[in-house]
Amino acid sequence: MKWLMVGIIVGSTVLADLLQSFEMKRHSLAAEDLRPGRWAGVLRGLAQRGPLVLAVFFMAISFFAFMKLLSVADLSFAVPVTAASVALETVLARVVLRENVTALRWAGALSVACGVALLAM
Amino acid sequence: MAAGRAAVDLPITNPPSTARRIDLKIKLLTAFVVCTNVLGNFSMSWGMKHQAVDLGLSPFAYIRLIFTPWVLLGTALLILWLLSRMTLLGWADLSYVLPVTSIGYVMSAILGKVFFGEQVTWQRWLGTAFIVAGIVFVGLTAANTTRPETAQ
Repeated sequence: MKWLMVGIIVGSTVLADLLQSFEMKRHSLAAEDLRPGRWAGVLRGLAQRGPLVLAVFFMAISFFAFMKLLSVADLSFAVPVTAASVALETVLARVVLRENVTALRWAGALSVACGVALLAM
Repeated sequence: MAAGRAAVDLPITNPPSTARRIDLKIKLLTAFVVCTNVLGNFSMSWGMKHQAVDLGLSPFAYIRLIFTPWVLLGTALLILWLLSRMTLLGWADLSYVLPVTSIGYVMSAILGKVFFGEQVTWQRWLGTAFIVAGIVFVGLTAANTTRPETAQ
């Protein structure tokens, strides 16, 4: 059960971030869209974009799976193990989104993943 | 909303001054994303710790809690975080955004120690050093490697 939940969390987090990144690169928001008076319109617009709706769906799955994981495992296990998504997402950003991940960026992503794991201990 | 600004409509290259301005905008937005996330989580946590509400299984208790000042502020900040992070993902690579915004973990640990008296062990300080090193590495790379810059 524990490892099943970890798999669901990492998988759904990765899918949510990939979908968000893919869709926001196709049609990005402008800095002015962050003004409080425009939130409602921006959120309405985002809600009509299929990949973003799917991304929110996967974020919700990740959230509920994390709650379930916390009920069967320690927090000191749950948080660091989900940091694996940073390394996996970097791999998929290279393969799926065709980002240019240099050696320095690989080193940075791995360093952050190790750091998050240590921080949660 | 600027929907419809497709990548194909943008110029292929930017002059150096424009590139610097875009780079600055991305860094400022990154700082904004981190701050809204950290302050949103802190505000939610503060509100939850200072409420004498017995949550139990009743959904009404959760609804009442959402409308308390600190939790409401936290919710507004997290909505702003969601929107600004989505904007940032349109401007910069996912493999850039993920490590760089991880500084939020460090800031949350510091706020937890200062305001909630949480203990910060040597493993946590070591983890902080790893994260900061990772952010420095990734911060030295170009923010957007997939197409012409859009943060204009």
